[in-house]
Amino acid sequence: MIITMATLIELFSYDFFMHAFWASLFAAISCGIVGTYIVSRRIVFVSGGITHASFGGIGIGYFLGWNPLVGAAIFAVLSGLGIQLFTQKAKVREDSSIAIWWSLGMAIGIIFIYLTPGYAPNLMSYLFGSVLTVSVTELWLMGTLSLVLTLFFILFYRLILYVAFDEEFAKTTGLPVNLINYLLISLIAITIVLNIRVVGIILILSLLTLPQATANLFTRDFKRMMPLSVLFAFIGSFVGLLFSFYVDIPSGASIIFTLVLLFGLMKLAFFIRQNLTTRG
Amino acid sequence: MNNKLVEIKNLSVSYDQNTVLEQANLDILPNDFLGVIGPNGGGKTTLIKALLGLVKPESGSVKFHIPLKKVGYLPQINQIDKRFPITVIDVVRSGKTGSQSFSLFSKKQDDIKYAEQLIEEMGISGIKNKAIGELSGGQMQRVFLCRSLMNNPQLLILDEPGTYVDSQFESELYEKLKELNNQMAILLVSHDVGTISYYVKTIACVNRQVHYHPSNVISTEQLTSYNCPLQIITHGDIPHTVLSQHENHDHHHGHTH
Repeated sequence: MIITMATLIELFSYDFFMHAFWASLFAAISCGIVGTYIVSRRIVFVSGGITHASFGGIGIGYFLGWNPLVGAAIFAVLSGLGIQLFTQKAKVREDSSIAIWWSLGMAIGIIFIYLTPGYAPNLMSYLFGSVLTVSVTELWLMGTLSLVLTLFFILFYRLILYVAFDEEFAKTTGLPVNLINYLLISLIAITIVLNIRVVGIILILSLLTLPQATANLFTRDFKRMMPLSVLFAFIGSFVGLLFSFYVDIPSGASIIFTLVLLFGLMKLAFFIRQNLTTRG
Repeated sequence: MNNKLVEIKNLSVSYDQNTVLEQANLDILPNDFLGVIGPNGGGKTTLIKALLGLVKPESGSVKFHIPLKKVGYLPQINQIDKRFPITVIDVVRSGKTGSQSFSLFSKKQDDIKYAEQLIEEMGISGIKNKAIGELSGGQMQRVFLCRSLMNNPQLLILDEPGTYVDSQFESELYEKLKELNNQMAILLVSHDVGTISYYVKTIACVNRQVHYHPSNVISTEQLTSYNCPLQIITHGDIPHTVLSQHENHDHHHGHTH
């Protein structure tokens, strides 16, 4: 099917499509910014742990009849802080500590969904994402998060950068290292939970790492990596969204596929350019 | 001399029941150029970290007679993630303590100017906006030296600044430190006694205990009596004084006993 301007404009007249458009924009902003921090600091695995631990909250949410995202948010923040506390205070090795929270959350989720009588609606949309069914309330939450993150990373840019780059040195210059670490792990947890609806628990890591990897091809400066990651995340999610709509495949998977394709093409372009310049 | 910069008293540090430092005493005096030597794992880095408050001591105390922000620090370079997306100028500016604006758009001219001045003095103006991942070992060590100087320190602490750099830069670095020593006290940690002894004024041997030696000439016998076994490694093109005056003397003693 060919996408013409007319069909594109027609799409925007549908509520569900407008919602999906805003969802991908907000996902791009929040994941672009937070992902830059995650990738720079090499805490992708920590983020994976938080993501999967949040499934426990989704299960309890179903069981109690709450909005599963509320449970997910509680689990995500607790596991994020838990991973840090386990590592720092209880001296559990970090990767082991992540694995404990990761699997504990999944186990709790599975148990409570099993215990919930009847069918668990939308379960697949939490696991694999469903950007076309995002509610207006969720959009407001995602929009607010994007605004808060943008302001936070602009106002405290140097504080975040210095602590992320060299934590120990930052302590010697008197920066509030622990406070920043706990605050950022909580922001990562909230970002993950509010974007679960876009690409799902299984795939969210890619929105936090792929646009950043693409941006990293162009720059090695944190402050330039943030907006570039937002841009690539937006291109990936919007093009992926259109693609899923026209080809009728799940949107989450389509978005990830587009993000990988974008990275692959850029990497190839850089590779070819580099080979040409070294030869010529 | 009673105007000590820092007094370390009866300092003990352990990691998981493993005592690394035991009842260590050390005073840092103004204008001193103190070489801290000792075997690997002997507690040199731990001593520094306890001094800077990065490691909690089991007992004992560290007393500063200068403001803490007047202490510059250059950590071991292998602790740093060299692929982190940060530019040289930002690394140098991160050495600044005290009131400052952390905003992305704040342009604090004093800080930027001073950082640029340090970068220029170190002869690396050309790489100011490069990412640290693009630098050579010597360039990177200069960048971290700039960072440690951002607050005009009265005491500069350097942990193995001679590693990962070529020997030419290493001697340049020590010359630079000698020059800086006119304005500040320096504490230089190194496992390479031979090289640093030419530049330092005094020596502290760290091997669980700390032995202060108020001169830059030290013999193997003294090292042994300090319980500070060291391999003395010297490179031909770097001047050194260790052993050179004591070697024959030591041999003589060795035979008579």
